[in-house]
Amino acid sequence: MTATPTAGPAGGPPSPTSTPSRPEAHPGPASTGSRATRVIGLLALVAIGLLALYGLVISPADAEMADAVRLYYIHVPSAICLALGCFITTGASALWLRRRSAGWDALAEAGAEVALVFAAITLLTGSLWGRPTWGTYWTWDARLTSTAVLTALLVGYLALRRLDLDPDARSVRAAVLGLLLVPNFIVVNRSVEWWRSLHQESTLFRLDPAIEGDMLVAAMVGYLAFALVFTWLMIHRFRVAWLEQAADRVDLDAALAARRSEAQAPPSAPSAPTEPSEPSAAAPAAPVEPSGAATPTEVPSR
Amino acid sequence: MWRDATLVAGRDLRIEARSRVTLHQVAPFALLVLLLFGFALDPDRGVLERATPGLYWVTVLFSALLALARSAKLEEADGVRDALRLSALEPAGVFVGKTLAVAAELAALEVLLGIGVVILYGADPAEIGLLLTTCLAATVAVATTGTLYGALVSGLRVRETLLPLLLLPVLAPVLIGATRAFEAALAGTPADGWPWCGLLAVFAVLYSVAGALAYGTLLEGS
Repeated sequence: MTATPTAGPAGGPPSPTSTPSRPEAHPGPASTGSRATRVIGLLALVAIGLLALYGLVISPADAEMADAVRLYYIHVPSAICLALGCFITTGASALWLRRRSAGWDALAEAGAEVALVFAAITLLTGSLWGRPTWGTYWTWDARLTSTAVLTALLVGYLALRRLDLDPDARSVRAAVLGLLLVPNFIVVNRSVEWWRSLHQESTLFRLDPAIEGDMLVAAMVGYLAFALVFTWLMIHRFRVAWLEQAADRVDLDAALAARRSEAQAPPSAPSAPTEPSEPSAAAPAAPVEPSGAATPTEVPSR
Repeated sequence: MWRDATLVAGRDLRIEARSRVTLHQVAPFALLVLLLFGFALDPDRGVLERATPGLYWVTVLFSALLALARSAKLEEADGVRDALRLSALEPAGVFVGKTLAVAAELAALEVLLGIGVVILYGADPAEIGLLLTTCLAATVAVATTGTLYGALVSGLRVRETLLPLLLLPVLAPVLIGATRAFEAALAGTPADGWPWCGLLAVFAVLYSVAGALAYGTLLEGS
Protein backbone atom coordinates (compact mmCIF):
# COMPACT_ATOMS: atom_id res chain seq x y z
CA MET A 1 0.00 0.00 0.00
CA THR A 2 1.26 3.45 -0.72
CA ALA A 3 1.94 6.13 1.75
CA THR A 4 -1.06 8.21 0.92
CA PRO A 5 -2.23 9.70 4.17
CA THR A 6 -5.80 8.66 3.61
CA ALA A 7 -4.95 5.35 2.10
CA GLY A 8 -7.81 3.00 2.61
CA PRO A 9 -8.11 -0.15 0.58
CA ALA A 10 -5.28 -0.97 -1.70
CA GLY A 11 -7.39 -0.37 -4.76
CA GLY A 12 -7.58 3.38 -4.27
CA PRO A 13 -5.52 5.52 -6.59
CA PRO A 14 -2.45 6.70 -4.74
CA SER A 15 -2.05 10.41 -4.61
CA PRO A 16 0.81 11.58 -6.74
CA THR A 17 2.08 13.98 -4.09
CA SER A 18 3.11 11.37 -1.61
CA THR A 19 6.74 10.80 -1.02
CA PRO A 20 7.84 7.23 -0.65
CA SER A 21 8.01 6.25 2.94
CA ARG A 22 7.10 3.35 5.08
CA PRO A 23 4.06 1.56 3.80
CA GLU A 24 1.16 1.37 6.13
CA ALA A 25 0.50 -1.79 7.96
CA HIS A 26 -1.56 -4.20 5.98
CA PRO A 27 -4.90 -4.77 7.61
CA GLY A 28 -5.19 -8.19 9.06
CA PRO A 29 -2.68 -10.57 10.53
CA ALA A 30 0.93 -9.47 10.49
CA SER A 31 2.33 -12.79 11.59
CA THR A 32 1.10 -16.30 11.21
CA GLY A 33 0.73 -16.96 14.88
CA SER A 34 -1.47 -15.56 17.59
CA ARG A 35 -2.46 -16.53 21.07
CA ALA A 36 -5.36 -18.53 19.70
CA THR A 37 -3.20 -20.51 17.31
CA ARG A 38 -0.66 -21.18 20.03
CA VAL A 39 -3.41 -22.62 22.19
CA ILE A 40 -4.71 -24.69 19.29
CA GLY A 41 -1.21 -25.84 18.50
CA LEU A 42 -0.57 -26.93 22.08
CA LEU A 43 -3.89 -28.73 22.22
CA ALA A 44 -3.07 -30.43 18.92
CA LEU A 45 0.27 -31.62 20.30
CA VAL A 46 -1.42 -32.96 23.41
CA ALA A 47 -4.06 -34.69 21.28
CA ILE A 48 -1.42 -36.25 19.05
CA GLY A 49 0.36 -37.54 22.14
CA LEU A 50 -2.90 -38.98 23.43
CA LEU A 51 -3.57 -40.49 20.01
CA ALA A 52 -0.19 -42.17 20.01
CA LEU A 53 -0.85 -43.48 23.50
CA TYR A 54 -4.32 -44.77 22.74
CA GLY A 55 -3.71 -45.85 19.18
CA LEU A 56 -0.42 -47.65 19.74
CA VAL A 57 -0.48 -48.75 23.37
CA ILE A 58 -3.83 -48.83 25.09
CA SER A 59 -6.18 -49.95 22.35
CA PRO A 60 -6.07 -53.67 21.59
CA ALA A 61 -5.23 -55.23 18.25
CA ASP A 62 -8.17 -56.21 16.14
CA ALA A 63 -9.22 -59.84 15.91
CA GLU A 64 -9.26 -59.86 12.12
CA MET A 65 -6.84 -57.15 11.13
CA ALA A 66 -4.38 -57.40 13.99
CA ASP A 67 -2.23 -54.29 14.34
CA ALA A 68 -3.26 -52.89 10.97
CA VAL A 69 -6.37 -51.58 12.62
CA ARG A 70 -4.27 -48.87 14.23
CA LEU A 71 -3.91 -47.20 10.87
CA TYR A 72 -7.64 -46.62 11.00
CA TYR A 73 -7.12 -43.98 13.68
CA ILE A 74 -5.22 -41.73 11.31
CA HIS A 75 -6.48 -42.88 7.92
CA VAL A 76 -10.13 -41.97 8.35
CA PRO A 77 -9.56 -38.60 10.06
CA SER A 78 -7.09 -37.56 7.37
CA ALA A 79 -9.56 -38.57 4.65
CA ILE A 80 -12.15 -36.37 6.34
CA CYS A 81 -9.66 -33.49 6.53
CA LEU A 82 -8.94 -33.99 2.83
CA ALA A 83 -12.63 -33.68 2.00
CA LEU A 84 -12.96 -30.66 4.27
CA GLY A 85 -10.05 -28.89 2.60
CA CYS A 86 -11.53 -29.53 -0.84
CA PHE A 87 -14.91 -28.20 0.19
CA ILE A 88 -13.27 -25.12 1.67
CA THR A 89 -11.40 -24.51 -1.59
CA THR A 90 -14.49 -24.86 -3.72
CA GLY A 91 -16.61 -22.76 -1.39
CA ALA A 92 -14.00 -20.04 -1.08
CA SER A 93 -13.50 -20.01 -4.86
CA ALA A 94 -17.22 -19.52 -5.38
CA LEU A 95 -17.28 -16.74 -2.84
CA TRP A 96 -14.24 -15.11 -4.41
CA LEU A 97 -15.94 -15.11 -7.80
CA ARG A 98 -18.88 -13.40 -6.13
CA ARG A 99 -17.15 -10.94 -3.83
CA ARG A 100 -13.66 -10.63 -5.30
CA SER A 101 -12.12 -10.04 -1.91
CA ALA A 102 -8.58 -11.18 -1.30
CA GLY A 103 -9.43 -13.18 1.80
CA TRP A 104 -11.43 -15.80 -0.07
CA ASP A 105 -8.61 -16.23 -2.54
CA ALA A 106 -6.17 -16.88 0.28
CA LEU A 107 -8.61 -19.27 1.94
CA ALA A 108 -9.04 -21.24 -1.28
CA GLU A 109 -5.29 -21.60 -1.63
CA ALA A 110 -4.90 -22.62 2.01
CA GLY A 111 -7.66 -25.21 1.70
CA ALA A 112 -6.14 -26.86 -1.36
CA GLU A 113 -2.65 -27.00 0.06
CA VAL A 114 -3.73 -28.43 3.39
CA ALA A 115 -5.98 -30.87 1.53
CA LEU A 116 -3.01 -32.09 -0.48
CA VAL A 117 -1.08 -32.84 2.71
CA PHE A 118 -3.96 -34.93 4.00
CA ALA A 119 -4.39 -36.56 0.60
CA ALA A 120 -0.81 -37.77 0.85
CA ILE A 121 -1.41 -39.09 4.37
CA THR A 122 -4.63 -40.77 3.25
CA LEU A 123 -3.01 -42.50 0.29
CA LEU A 124 0.04 -43.52 2.28
CA THR A 125 -1.87 -44.99 5.21
CA GLY A 126 -4.36 -46.51 2.82
CA SER A 127 -1.75 -48.44 0.91
CA LEU A 128 0.09 -49.43 4.10
CA TRP A 129 -3.25 -50.73 5.29
CA GLY A 130 -3.79 -52.54 2.03
CA ARG A 131 -0.57 -54.50 2.29
CA PRO A 132 -1.55 -56.72 5.24
CA THR A 133 -5.28 -56.59 4.58
CA TRP A 134 -5.50 -57.03 0.82
CA GLY A 135 -2.02 -58.39 0.29
CA THR A 136 -1.04 -55.56 -2.02
CA TYR A 137 -0.13 -51.90 -1.71
CA TRP A 138 -2.34 -50.84 -4.53
CA THR A 139 -5.62 -52.18 -5.70
CA TRP A 140 -8.10 -50.72 -8.14
CA ASP A 141 -10.57 -50.10 -5.42
CA ALA A 142 -13.02 -47.32 -6.20
CA ARG A 143 -12.10 -45.15 -3.24
CA LEU A 144 -8.39 -45.60 -3.70
CA THR A 145 -8.56 -44.79 -7.39
CA SER A 146 -10.73 -41.74 -7.03
CA THR A 147 -8.57 -40.46 -4.17
CA ALA A 148 -5.58 -40.75 -6.49
CA VAL A 149 -7.42 -38.73 -9.14
CA LEU A 150 -8.40 -36.16 -6.54
CA THR A 151 -4.74 -35.84 -5.59
CA ALA A 152 -3.92 -35.17 -9.23
CA LEU A 153 -6.65 -32.52 -9.35
CA LEU A 154 -5.19 -30.84 -6.27
CA VAL A 155 -1.69 -30.94 -7.68
CA GLY A 156 -2.96 -29.31 -10.88
CA TYR A 157 -4.74 -26.61 -8.93
CA LEU A 158 -1.64 -25.83 -6.89
CA ALA A 159 0.53 -25.88 -10.02
CA LEU A 160 -1.68 -23.17 -11.47
CA ARG A 161 -1.44 -21.22 -8.24
CA ARG A 162 2.35 -21.37 -8.26
CA LEU A 163 2.64 -19.70 -11.66
CA ASP A 164 4.26 -16.33 -11.86
CA LEU A 165 1.29 -14.46 -13.22
CA ASP A 166 -0.49 -11.22 -12.80
CA PRO A 167 -2.16 -11.77 -9.39
CA ASP A 168 -5.63 -10.86 -10.62
CA ALA A 169 -5.47 -13.13 -13.63
CA ARG A 170 -4.17 -15.92 -11.46
CA SER A 171 -6.96 -15.43 -8.96
CA VAL A 172 -9.61 -15.64 -11.69
CA ARG A 173 -8.21 -18.81 -13.18
CA ALA A 174 -7.56 -20.41 -9.80
CA ALA A 175 -11.08 -19.58 -8.69
CA VAL A 176 -12.66 -21.22 -11.74
CA LEU A 177 -10.44 -24.25 -11.25
CA GLY A 178 -11.14 -24.35 -7.52
CA LEU A 179 -14.86 -24.06 -8.12
CA LEU A 180 -14.69 -27.16 -10.31
CA LEU A 181 -12.64 -29.15 -7.80
CA VAL A 182 -15.44 -30.79 -5.82
CA PRO A 183 -17.81 -31.29 -8.79
CA ASN A 184 -14.94 -32.90 -10.72
CA PHE A 185 -14.22 -35.19 -7.83
CA ILE A 186 -17.87 -36.18 -7.48
CA VAL A 187 -18.09 -37.06 -11.19
CA VAL A 188 -14.84 -39.03 -11.06
CA ASN A 189 -15.86 -40.79 -7.88
CA ARG A 190 -19.29 -41.80 -9.18
CA SER A 191 -17.94 -43.14 -12.44
CA VAL A 192 -15.07 -45.00 -10.80
CA GLU A 193 -17.41 -46.63 -8.29
CA TRP A 194 -19.68 -47.69 -11.09
CA TRP A 195 -16.75 -49.00 -13.08
CA ARG A 196 -15.38 -51.06 -10.21
CA SER A 197 -18.76 -52.36 -9.12
CA LEU A 198 -19.31 -53.81 -12.57
CA HIS A 199 -15.96 -55.49 -12.67
CA GLN A 200 -15.42 -56.54 -9.10
CA GLU A 201 -17.36 -59.59 -8.04
CA SER A 202 -16.79 -59.23 -4.34
CA THR A 203 -16.47 -55.93 -2.57
CA LEU A 204 -13.16 -55.53 -0.90
CA PHE A 205 -12.77 -55.22 2.78
CA ARG A 206 -13.96 -51.79 3.74
CA LEU A 207 -12.40 -49.51 6.27
CA ASP A 208 -15.33 -49.42 8.64
CA PRO A 209 -15.06 -52.09 11.24
CA ALA A 210 -17.47 -52.01 14.11
CA ILE A 211 -15.46 -50.80 17.04
CA GLU A 212 -16.01 -50.33 20.70
CA GLY A 213 -14.23 -49.76 23.98
CA ASP A 214 -10.68 -48.51 23.84
CA MET A 215 -10.68 -48.69 20.07
CA LEU A 216 -13.61 -46.32 19.97
CA VAL A 217 -11.80 -43.95 22.31
CA ALA A 218 -8.71 -44.13 20.11
CA ALA A 219 -10.79 -43.36 17.03
CA MET A 220 -12.41 -40.40 18.75
CA VAL A 221 -9.04 -39.08 19.90
CA GLY A 222 -7.89 -39.45 16.30
CA TYR A 223 -10.75 -37.32 15.02
CA LEU A 224 -10.07 -34.72 17.69
CA ALA A 225 -6.33 -34.59 17.01
CA PHE A 226 -6.81 -34.26 13.27
CA ALA A 227 -9.48 -31.61 13.68
CA LEU A 228 -7.04 -29.57 15.78
CA VAL A 229 -4.14 -30.11 13.40
CA PHE A 230 -6.34 -29.21 10.44
CA THR A 231 -7.53 -26.01 12.10
CA TRP A 232 -4.01 -25.05 13.08
CA LEU A 233 -2.65 -25.69 9.58
CA MET A 234 -5.52 -23.85 7.92
CA ILE A 235 -5.08 -20.75 10.06
CA HIS A 236 -1.37 -20.61 9.50
CA ARG A 237 -1.55 -21.37 5.79
CA PHE A 238 -4.27 -18.78 5.35
CA ARG A 239 -2.14 -16.18 7.04
CA VAL A 240 0.90 -17.06 4.98
CA ALA A 241 -1.17 -16.59 1.82
CA TRP A 242 -2.49 -13.34 3.19
CA LEU A 243 0.97 -12.04 4.01
CA GLU A 244 2.23 -13.11 0.58
CA GLN A 245 -0.44 -11.00 -1.03
CA ALA A 246 0.47 -8.11 1.25
CA ALA A 247 4.16 -8.47 0.45
CA ASP A 248 3.37 -8.42 -3.28
CA ARG A 249 1.45 -5.23 -2.81
CA VAL A 250 4.13 -3.61 -0.67
CA ASP A 251 6.80 -4.34 -3.28
CA LEU A 252 4.64 -3.11 -6.11
CA ASP A 253 3.61 0.04 -4.33
CA ALA A 254 7.16 0.81 -3.27
CA ALA A 255 8.32 0.46 -6.85
CA LEU A 256 5.48 2.67 -8.05
CA ALA A 257 6.26 5.32 -5.48
CA ALA A 258 9.94 5.26 -6.34
CA ARG A 259 9.22 5.73 -10.04
CA ARG A 260 6.79 8.51 -9.23
CA SER A 261 9.30 10.36 -7.10
CA GLU A 262 11.83 9.95 -9.88
CA ALA A 263 9.44 11.57 -12.29
CA GLN A 264 8.81 14.44 -9.90
CA ALA A 265 12.45 15.07 -9.16
CA PRO A 266 13.83 18.03 -11.14
CA PRO A 267 15.40 16.66 -14.29
CA SER A 268 18.49 18.81 -13.78
CA ALA A 269 19.58 16.94 -10.70
CA PRO A 270 21.57 13.98 -11.92
CA SER A 271 23.11 13.24 -8.53
CA ALA A 272 21.55 11.71 -5.45
CA PRO A 273 20.62 8.29 -6.68
CA THR A 274 19.75 7.29 -3.15
CA GLU A 275 16.49 5.50 -2.96
CA PRO A 276 15.24 5.93 0.53
CA SER A 277 12.21 3.85 0.05
CA GLU A 278 13.36 0.45 -1.09
CA PRO A 279 15.03 -1.08 1.92
CA SER A 280 12.50 0.01 4.45
CA ALA A 281 9.58 -0.66 2.19
CA ALA A 282 10.60 -4.22 1.67
CA ALA A 283 9.93 -5.04 5.29
CA PRO A 284 6.40 -4.75 6.50
CA ALA A 285 5.61 -2.10 9.02
CA ALA A 286 5.37 -2.61 12.73
CA PRO A 287 3.29 -5.65 13.36
CA VAL A 288 -0.26 -5.11 14.34
CA GLU A 289 -1.75 -7.29 17.00
CA PRO A 290 -3.05 -10.10 14.86
CA SER A 291 -6.66 -10.95 15.07
CA GLY A 292 -7.41 -14.31 16.52
CA ALA A 293 -9.55 -16.04 13.97
CA ALA A 294 -8.85 -16.93 10.39
CA THR A 295 -12.08 -15.58 9.02
CA PRO A 296 -11.21 -13.74 5.85
CA THR A 297 -11.65 -10.05 6.32
CA GLU A 298 -13.41 -8.28 3.54
CA VAL A 299 -10.72 -6.30 1.87
CA PRO A 300 -11.30 -5.30 -1.70
CA SER A 301 -8.76 -6.88 -3.92
CA ARG A 302 -6.59 -4.82 -6.12
CA MET B 1 -25.70 -17.09 -28.95
CA TRP B 2 -25.92 -19.67 -31.72
CA ARG B 3 -25.10 -17.08 -34.35
CA ASP B 4 -21.98 -16.13 -32.41
CA ALA B 5 -21.13 -19.78 -32.00
CA THR B 6 -21.39 -20.39 -35.74
CA LEU B 7 -19.17 -17.39 -36.40
CA VAL B 8 -16.46 -18.53 -34.01
CA ALA B 9 -16.65 -22.16 -35.12
CA GLY B 10 -16.43 -21.03 -38.74
CA ARG B 11 -13.40 -18.94 -37.96
CA ASP B 12 -11.58 -21.74 -36.13
CA LEU B 13 -12.35 -24.24 -38.87
CA ARG B 14 -11.29 -21.78 -41.55
CA ILE B 15 -7.98 -21.31 -39.78
CA GLU B 16 -7.62 -25.08 -39.63
CA ALA B 17 -8.50 -25.42 -43.32
CA ARG B 18 -5.76 -22.97 -44.17
CA SER B 19 -3.07 -24.00 -41.70
CA ARG B 20 -3.87 -27.75 -41.74
CA VAL B 21 -2.21 -28.30 -38.37
CA THR B 22 -4.66 -31.00 -37.30
CA LEU B 23 -4.60 -32.71 -40.65
CA HIS B 24 -0.86 -32.60 -41.20
CA GLN B 25 0.42 -33.03 -37.66
CA VAL B 26 -2.16 -34.26 -35.19
CA ALA B 27 -3.65 -36.97 -37.41
CA PRO B 28 -0.29 -38.51 -38.35
CA PHE B 29 0.67 -38.37 -34.69
CA ALA B 30 -2.47 -40.29 -33.74
CA LEU B 31 -1.78 -43.00 -36.31
CA LEU B 32 1.79 -43.16 -35.13
CA VAL B 33 0.60 -43.83 -31.58
CA LEU B 34 -1.47 -46.74 -32.91
CA LEU B 35 1.67 -48.17 -34.47
CA LEU B 36 3.64 -47.67 -31.26
CA PHE B 37 1.04 -49.58 -29.27
CA GLY B 38 1.50 -52.35 -31.79
CA PHE B 39 5.22 -52.42 -31.06
CA ALA B 40 4.69 -52.24 -27.30
CA LEU B 41 2.06 -54.98 -27.10
CA ASP B 42 2.89 -58.00 -29.14
CA PRO B 43 0.24 -58.15 -31.91
CA ASP B 44 0.36 -61.93 -32.12
CA ARG B 45 -0.82 -62.77 -28.67
CA GLY B 46 -4.21 -61.16 -28.70
CA VAL B 47 -3.28 -58.53 -26.15
CA LEU B 48 -3.75 -55.83 -28.74
CA GLU B 49 -7.16 -57.12 -29.67
CA ARG B 50 -8.39 -57.20 -26.11
CA ALA B 51 -6.95 -53.77 -25.33
CA THR B 52 -8.24 -52.12 -28.50
CA PRO B 53 -11.01 -50.01 -26.91
CA GLY B 54 -8.68 -48.64 -24.24
CA LEU B 55 -5.84 -47.97 -26.66
CA TYR B 56 -8.22 -46.26 -29.06
CA TRP B 57 -9.47 -43.86 -26.43
CA VAL B 58 -6.07 -43.19 -24.91
CA THR B 59 -4.90 -42.26 -28.41
CA VAL B 60 -7.92 -40.02 -28.87
CA LEU B 61 -7.21 -38.26 -25.57
CA PHE B 62 -3.56 -37.68 -26.38
CA SER B 63 -4.34 -36.36 -29.82
CA ALA B 64 -7.14 -34.26 -28.38
CA LEU B 65 -4.60 -32.61 -26.09
CA LEU B 66 -2.71 -31.43 -29.14
CA ALA B 67 -5.83 -30.23 -30.91
CA LEU B 68 -7.06 -28.44 -27.78
CA ALA B 69 -3.74 -26.74 -27.16
CA ARG B 70 -3.86 -25.57 -30.75
CA SER B 71 -7.42 -24.32 -30.34
CA ALA B 72 -6.54 -22.37 -27.20
CA LYS B 73 -3.48 -20.95 -28.87
CA LEU B 74 -5.57 -19.39 -31.61
CA GLU B 75 -6.87 -16.93 -29.03
CA GLU B 76 -3.43 -15.71 -28.08
CA ALA B 77 -1.99 -14.37 -31.29
CA ASP B 78 -2.47 -10.78 -32.36
CA GLY B 79 -4.57 -9.83 -29.37
CA VAL B 80 -7.49 -12.01 -30.39
CA ARG B 81 -8.56 -12.24 -26.77
CA ASP B 82 -8.97 -8.47 -26.55
CA ALA B 83 -10.69 -8.40 -29.91
CA LEU B 84 -13.15 -11.03 -28.71
CA ARG B 85 -13.80 -9.02 -25.59
CA LEU B 86 -14.51 -5.92 -27.65
CA SER B 87 -16.53 -7.71 -30.27
CA ALA B 88 -19.70 -7.97 -28.16
CA LEU B 89 -19.92 -11.66 -28.99
CA GLU B 90 -21.52 -13.56 -26.15
CA PRO B 91 -18.87 -15.45 -24.17
CA ALA B 92 -21.11 -18.50 -24.07
CA GLY B 93 -21.36 -18.29 -27.85
CA VAL B 94 -17.60 -18.09 -28.18
CA PHE B 95 -17.29 -21.13 -25.92
CA VAL B 96 -19.83 -23.14 -27.87
CA GLY B 97 -18.23 -22.12 -31.16
CA LYS B 98 -14.76 -23.15 -30.10
CA THR B 99 -16.15 -26.39 -28.71
CA LEU B 100 -17.92 -27.16 -31.97
CA ALA B 101 -14.79 -26.52 -34.00
CA VAL B 102 -12.69 -28.77 -31.77
CA ALA B 103 -15.43 -31.40 -31.78
CA ALA B 104 -15.48 -31.39 -35.58
CA GLU B 105 -11.71 -31.89 -35.69
CA LEU B 106 -11.90 -34.63 -33.07
CA ALA B 107 -14.69 -36.39 -34.91
CA ALA B 108 -12.61 -36.48 -38.08
CA LEU B 109 -9.70 -37.77 -36.05
CA GLU B 110 -11.84 -40.49 -34.49
CA VAL B 111 -13.06 -41.69 -37.86
CA LEU B 112 -9.48 -41.89 -39.05
CA LEU B 113 -8.40 -43.73 -35.90
CA GLY B 114 -11.37 -46.04 -36.23
CA ILE B 115 -10.24 -47.04 -39.70
CA GLY B 116 -6.74 -47.45 -38.33
CA VAL B 117 -7.94 -49.70 -35.52
CA VAL B 118 -9.96 -51.85 -37.91
CA ILE B 119 -7.03 -52.27 -40.25
CA LEU B 120 -4.14 -52.49 -37.79
CA TYR B 121 -5.74 -54.19 -34.79
CA GLY B 122 -8.37 -56.19 -36.61
CA ALA B 123 -11.29 -54.76 -34.66
CA ASP B 124 -14.74 -55.73 -35.84
CA PRO B 125 -17.15 -52.78 -35.81
CA ALA B 126 -20.36 -54.76 -35.44
CA GLU B 127 -22.54 -52.52 -33.29
CA ILE B 128 -22.10 -49.41 -35.36
CA GLY B 129 -24.94 -47.52 -33.66
CA LEU B 130 -23.43 -47.80 -30.20
CA LEU B 131 -19.97 -46.99 -31.53
CA LEU B 132 -21.14 -43.83 -33.24
CA THR B 133 -23.22 -42.65 -30.29
CA THR B 134 -20.32 -43.25 -27.93
CA CYS B 135 -18.02 -41.32 -30.23
CA LEU B 136 -20.46 -38.43 -30.42
CA ALA B 137 -20.97 -38.19 -26.66
CA ALA B 138 -17.29 -38.62 -25.85
CA THR B 139 -16.27 -36.08 -28.49
CA VAL B 140 -18.58 -33.45 -27.07
CA ALA B 141 -17.40 -34.29 -23.55
CA VAL B 142 -13.73 -33.96 -24.46
CA ALA B 143 -14.30 -30.82 -26.53
CA THR B 144 -16.27 -28.94 -23.87
CA THR B 145 -13.95 -29.85 -21.02
CA GLY B 146 -10.91 -29.21 -23.12
CA THR B 147 -12.10 -25.83 -24.33
CA LEU B 148 -12.82 -24.78 -20.77
CA TYR B 149 -9.44 -25.92 -19.47
CA GLY B 150 -7.72 -24.56 -22.55
CA ALA B 151 -9.07 -21.14 -21.64
CA LEU B 152 -7.73 -21.64 -18.12
CA VAL B 153 -4.18 -22.09 -19.34
CA SER B 154 -4.20 -19.94 -22.45
CA GLY B 155 -1.60 -17.22 -22.48
CA LEU B 156 0.60 -18.98 -19.94
CA ARG B 157 4.14 -19.85 -20.83
CA VAL B 158 3.70 -23.31 -19.36
CA ARG B 159 0.40 -24.10 -21.04
CA GLU B 160 1.66 -27.14 -22.97
CA THR B 161 2.70 -28.88 -19.78
CA LEU B 162 -0.06 -27.57 -17.56
CA LEU B 163 -3.01 -28.46 -19.80
CA PRO B 164 -2.51 -32.25 -19.59
CA LEU B 165 -2.00 -32.06 -15.84
CA LEU B 166 -5.26 -30.19 -15.36
CA LEU B 167 -7.32 -31.90 -18.03
CA LEU B 168 -6.48 -35.60 -17.90
CA PRO B 169 -7.69 -36.27 -14.33
CA VAL B 170 -10.95 -34.54 -15.18
CA LEU B 171 -11.33 -36.67 -18.30
CA ALA B 172 -10.84 -39.95 -16.41
CA PRO B 173 -14.61 -40.67 -16.42
CA VAL B 174 -14.71 -40.11 -20.19
CA LEU B 175 -11.94 -42.62 -20.69
CA ILE B 176 -13.69 -45.14 -18.45
CA GLY B 177 -17.11 -44.67 -20.04
CA ALA B 178 -15.98 -44.62 -23.65
CA THR B 179 -13.73 -47.64 -23.19
CA ARG B 180 -16.45 -49.71 -21.51
CA ALA B 181 -18.99 -48.77 -24.16
CA PHE B 182 -16.56 -49.71 -26.93
CA GLU B 183 -15.75 -52.99 -25.21
CA ALA B 184 -19.43 -53.82 -25.08
CA ALA B 185 -19.89 -52.88 -28.72
CA LEU B 186 -16.92 -54.92 -29.92
CA ALA B 187 -17.94 -57.88 -27.80
CA GLY B 188 -21.38 -57.81 -29.37
CA THR B 189 -23.22 -57.03 -26.13
CA PRO B 190 -24.50 -53.50 -26.73
CA ALA B 191 -26.91 -53.62 -23.79
CA ASP B 192 -23.88 -53.34 -21.46
CA GLY B 193 -22.62 -50.32 -23.35
CA TRP B 194 -25.58 -48.00 -23.41
CA PRO B 195 -25.43 -47.03 -19.70
CA TRP B 196 -21.84 -45.92 -20.22
CA CYS B 197 -22.97 -43.91 -23.19
CA GLY B 198 -25.46 -42.25 -20.87
CA LEU B 199 -22.66 -41.41 -18.46
CA LEU B 200 -20.76 -39.75 -21.31
CA ALA B 201 -23.83 -37.76 -22.29
CA VAL B 202 -24.38 -36.55 -18.72
CA PHE B 203 -20.71 -35.59 -18.51
CA ALA B 204 -20.94 -33.67 -21.79
CA VAL B 205 -24.02 -31.77 -20.66
CA LEU B 206 -22.52 -30.93 -17.25
CA TYR B 207 -19.33 -29.51 -18.66
CA SER B 208 -21.09 -27.70 -21.49
CA VAL B 209 -23.11 -25.80 -18.92
CA ALA B 210 -20.09 -25.20 -16.67
CA GLY B 211 -18.01 -24.01 -19.61
CA ALA B 212 -20.67 -21.71 -21.01
CA LEU B 213 -21.07 -20.13 -17.57
CA ALA B 214 -17.37 -19.82 -16.74
CA TYR B 215 -16.01 -18.79 -20.12
CA GLY B 216 -17.08 -15.17 -19.76
CA THR B 217 -15.29 -14.85 -16.43
CA LEU B 218 -12.14 -16.32 -17.91
CA LEU B 219 -12.30 -14.12 -20.98
CA GLU B 220 -12.77 -10.97 -18.94
CA GLY B 221 -10.48 -11.80 -16.07
CA SER B 222 -7.20 -12.51 -17.72
